[in-house]
Amino acid sequence: MNVAVIQFPGSNCDADALHAARMNLDPSARFVWHTEEGLPAGTDLVFLPGGFSYGDHLRSGAVAARSPVMQAVKAHAERGGFVLGICNGFQVLTEAGLLPGALSRNQDLHFLCKPVHLRVENNQTAFTSAYTPGQTLEIPIAHGEGNYYADAQTIEALEGEGRIIFRYLDNPNGSLNDIAGIVSERGNVLGMMPHPERAVEALLGSEDGRGLFQSLKQHRTEVRS
Amino acid sequence: MTQTHSPLPSLRARAATFGLSESEYDLLVEKIERHPNALEAAIVGAMWSEHCGYKNSRPLFKAFPTEGPQVLQGPGENAGVVDIGEGWGVAFKMESHNHPSAVEPVQGAATGVGGILRDIFAMGARPFAVLDSLRFGDPDSPRTKFLVNGVVEGISHYGNAIGVPTVGGEVTFHPSYQENPLVNVMALGLLRHEDLAKGTMGEVGNQIIYVGSKTGRDGLGGAVFASADLSDASQADRPAVQVGDPFMEKLLLEATLEAIEAGVVAGVQDMGAAGLVSSTCEMAYRAGLGITMNLDDVPTRETGMVPMELCLSESQERMILVPVPGREQELYDLLAKWELDVVNIGQVEEHHNYRLMWKGEVVCDLPVDLLNEAPKYTREGVESLGIIAAREHDLTDIPVPDDLGGVLLRLLSHPTIASKRPIFERYDQQVMTNTVVLPGAADAAVMRVKGSAMGVAATSDCNPRFVQLDPYVGAAAAVAEAARNLACVGATPLAITDNLNFGNPHRPEVYYQMQQAVQGIGDACRALNTPVTGGNVSLYNQYVEANPDGTHRTVAIHPTPTIGMVGVLPDIIKRATLGLKGEGQVLYLLGELGDSIGASQYLETVHGLEAGKVPPLDLKLEQTVIDGVLGLIRAGLTDTAHDCAEGGLAVTLAEMAMAGNVGLKVQISSDTRADALLFGEAHSRVVVAVSDPGAAETLLRGLDVPFVRLGGAGGASVTIALPRQNVELSVNLTELSAAYDEPLNVVLG
Repeated sequence: MNVAVIQFPGSNCDADALHAARMNLDPSARFVWHTEEGLPAGTDLVFLPGGFSYGDHLRSGAVAARSPVMQAVKAHAERGGFVLGICNGFQVLTEAGLLPGALSRNQDLHFLCKPVHLRVENNQTAFTSAYTPGQTLEIPIAHGEGNYYADAQTIEALEGEGRIIFRYLDNPNGSLNDIAGIVSERGNVLGMMPHPERAVEALLGSEDGRGLFQSLKQHRTEVRS
Repeated sequence: MTQTHSPLPSLRARAATFGLSESEYDLLVEKIERHPNALEAAIVGAMWSEHCGYKNSRPLFKAFPTEGPQVLQGPGENAGVVDIGEGWGVAFKMESHNHPSAVEPVQGAATGVGGILRDIFAMGARPFAVLDSLRFGDPDSPRTKFLVNGVVEGISHYGNAIGVPTVGGEVTFHPSYQENPLVNVMALGLLRHEDLAKGTMGEVGNQIIYVGSKTGRDGLGGAVFASADLSDASQADRPAVQVGDPFMEKLLLEATLEAIEAGVVAGVQDMGAAGLVSSTCEMAYRAGLGITMNLDDVPTRETGMVPMELCLSESQERMILVPVPGREQELYDLLAKWELDVVNIGQVEEHHNYRLMWKGEVVCDLPVDLLNEAPKYTREGVESLGIIAAREHDLTDIPVPDDLGGVLLRLLSHPTIASKRPIFERYDQQVMTNTVVLPGAADAAVMRVKGSAMGVAATSDCNPRFVQLDPYVGAAAAVAEAARNLACVGATPLAITDNLNFGNPHRPEVYYQMQQAVQGIGDACRALNTPVTGGNVSLYNQYVEANPDGTHRTVAIHPTPTIGMVGVLPDIIKRATLGLKGEGQVLYLLGELGDSIGASQYLETVHGLEAGKVPPLDLKLEQTVIDGVLGLIRAGLTDTAHDCAEGGLAVTLAEMAMAGNVGLKVQISSDTRADALLFGEAHSRVVVAVSDPGAAETLLRGLDVPFVRLGGAGGASVTIALPRQNVELSVNLTELSAAYDEPLNVVLG
């Protein structure tokens, strides 16, 4: 699997994303600078890392969603290519319209960094097939704006189509329906606030994020950029 | 030479507004054989301020050991650097942002983080950890709540956004910090030896490149502001507080490191205190050369800025880079990728002057050496009679309370001791995916080095009550505690940085504290083989309060020489945390049982007394205990260790039990008074939990480490029996946690 990690000015989990991708998916995973207009040939997975792209100016993810490289990412997603957005990456995906809804400020208005427990709600996706249904994962969060919101109709659709794939057991930020991660209609785009790339080594406290990468590995896609 | 800014006769009378005394003004005139203009006087005032020139403190620094095989870069650069092996170095430094945080806590703390990070990446090191040592006043007062919330938000805002984890530090409370809180920030960076950069102008002909934010009027005169007493009028100095932009800093960080790695910079320094002037002036001094800069070329964010403002603004996120001759274009291209403003503002020259041009005229022309060699003052220190009396206070009649379990709960709920989790959760502790031991889980933070088996540990420590009652022993004890904390995670202590926070050095009793504390740090660093690689001095930490009758009262902070120490774990797998790991393990105390309640948190909290002798510190014993702990951890005989500090042995045991969610039962047989055994704060003590007591005892005896077998882990409560006093204290874990977990949530409100 060929992985491209997009770097925006202000991304700060870019190196972590690359490290986790190289360990678990693609030893030659590479960075792609935000001004690029295309993705490297053969890209299977686009990884939008966490951080504060463009300093969260305007709204978190808003400026990054309009950067040149995002046109290529959208085209990749439309072709059915995999896109994984974590934390700020999730915010970028909602701003870019690749996922519905929005992430607003945490309920208590503070940044929060701690391990949380997630339940795998749907393991019939390319991102979760290595997990068992209902499996509980311990994965850290680190965000100030992770409070997922969407209108009632969207929430209903997400619920009905099994697109809420991770749910908080102890909702840390006020997200509607305890939503921690959702996929696109076709299931090829995942956005989630918790950081699975921080949970792939026992040395750092949890390996529960590895299943996500293992799932992707099993789903070598035919759709490449 | 133009003299446009002020008529000469009044300049001497106004010297104080530039931070100069009249005698300093006269000295300047004598050296340059003419009167300075107002800009020159202001530049000298900034360079000779305590913050930049260390005029009151440097003569004392002779007491510091600064060399050792582990030291790659000692004092005098942007940060110190230690060798951790395998070609890796760790750059580290601590700096204060006390006065800005007192008047504008969010930006004061945020820019404190920003400033120290620039010092680290200016060395060519990638910042990978931040620790904050924070001291506030009465936790129940609205002002303290305002300051704590603001400072935590500032650190969170800046550190989280730039993507450097906050991994540790201290948060303590004492009335002496009510108006003048302390915000000391320590940062660590990782570098390959070959990437070590220096703050120098290099050679004649080199360009001087300004990069980063434009210059505004914020932070004007910050170095002078930081070198004066705080008072009601300080609120009017809010313009002297800078505003930070972590996004800009992130770009600067990446661009600077990329440039250093590409080998296209000959020198690099951040614009910190006293802005453009101090950075370029210090770089010229290190190169032994002069420079000429054109102030018209300095990028500005406001119109109509005059030389004084351009020179002394402390606008954040600005760096000076000196390109390697012939590779200027490569540097420009690289900086352009990061969308940074880049301007060539001057060049390095043969003469030895600091020469500034503005609108075609020379507006400053002063010898570089003169600016960098502030006059040094050695003062007479005299110990305060009040402190002597407090230290000699007879404690024998202090009653031992009946409800010792209640005392334990009271200590655990004191905000100085209570869990800091509510604060740490607001910081990103894990970004960069190196944090192996999270804040609160052990006595020091531990980060891995990717691609190596090694780990880096860091801690910041000081018990200001000890320093107040005995500055020599108290300061030495801060070094000892830092070393012990590193040992408790399995790290060999390597070197320190210090942040010396004191009151006004013109007061003999404050100067005495400085003298004694510096001596204590020096002696402890020599004994424990942890040289001083740099640091920061923050004086004038006192508040002048107007009494209703028109007189004034001065409230100085407790002297607080914060010690930041770095250590290395040769094999990160062999490490320890403080929580008990399960039932059945045997608990040992390494070191001696406490025999005094002098200078303890217990005495202050329960009896309202800050008094008594600080327990004596035996640095040989300290080293022996450190060797014992490291021996046990590295032999695989323990992975659980916790030092005894505020609150004594009982608090240590309770914390180990709560962190592991496992109870314990111990018995102590000694004739000492019960409260001294439980809550006394003797130094050089560590509690460990082991599974193989025979092997552990053999190892400890082999190293001549004194130890006491205390008891074992198990059950759901902490039970401490003192048979000779006929006392048994027993509190269940739920009750302990209830007391320990909540207090900081209440302070944060």
